[in-house]
Amino acid sequence: MSIEVRIPTILRPYTSGEKLVRAQGVTLEEVLNDLEVNYPGIGERIIDENGLRRFINIYVNDEDVRFLAGLQSVLGENDSITILPAVAGG
Amino acid sequence: MLFGMLEIQRSLVDSIVAHARADHPDEACGVIAGSIGSDRPERLIPMVNAVRCPTLYEFDSMDLLHLYREMDDRDEVPVVIYHSHPATQAYPSRTDITQASEPDAHYVVVSIRETGPAEGPFEFRSFRIVDGEVTEEQISILE
Repeated sequence: MSIEVRIPTILRPYTSGEKLVRAQGVTLEEVLNDLEVNYPGIGERIIDENGLRRFINIYVNDEDVRFLAGLQSVLGENDSITILPAVAGG
Repeated sequence: MLFGMLEIQRSLVDSIVAHARADHPDEACGVIAGSIGSDRPERLIPMVNAVRCPTLYEFDSMDLLHLYREMDDRDEVPVVIYHSHPATQAYPSRTDITQASEPDAHYVVVSIRETGPAEGPFEFRSFRIVDGEVTEEQISILE
């Protein structure tokens, strides 16, 4: 299944500047793995050994995946994913 | 050494300082959106500091999504990302540097350490933060 993914400015160097890309997968994790295959290096900016990085937010449509099933969230045909780094600091 | 320049209306500076004072002793935060490619801060959007803390700030994740959707719809980008330091200098903290995620934004830090919530002198400085490198910029205030 092909899912639309919105890429934030800071990760666009990996996608040759593309803001909107497509990736394959039934779960969020599969989609992120497929992104890494097509845009090597992008994956580790999004996930680390503990899962989704603390200061990266991912949304399926209008839902923060932290309130869904995280990386195991199951996607539907017309779902779209948005990746946004947290705006945070000290 | 100063590279680059932030040009900003006086009224926007005043609004950011007022927001910093209103949220004292917590950090205040927000963005000023502007048209893509213009580098001109136009529309001030004060944000809620979801962690409500004197030494940290973070936009709420749903507010963040709505903010970026709205800017996208209006062909805007976050020209300025600002936050306050209620008790320390107006310079990016280590956390500010590691978490900076908008390489094209002007990161404004306003310090109200001298006065707290009261009127009086403040520090207002602007920086680029790219790949962990901080570069201070000049600020030109437009009357």
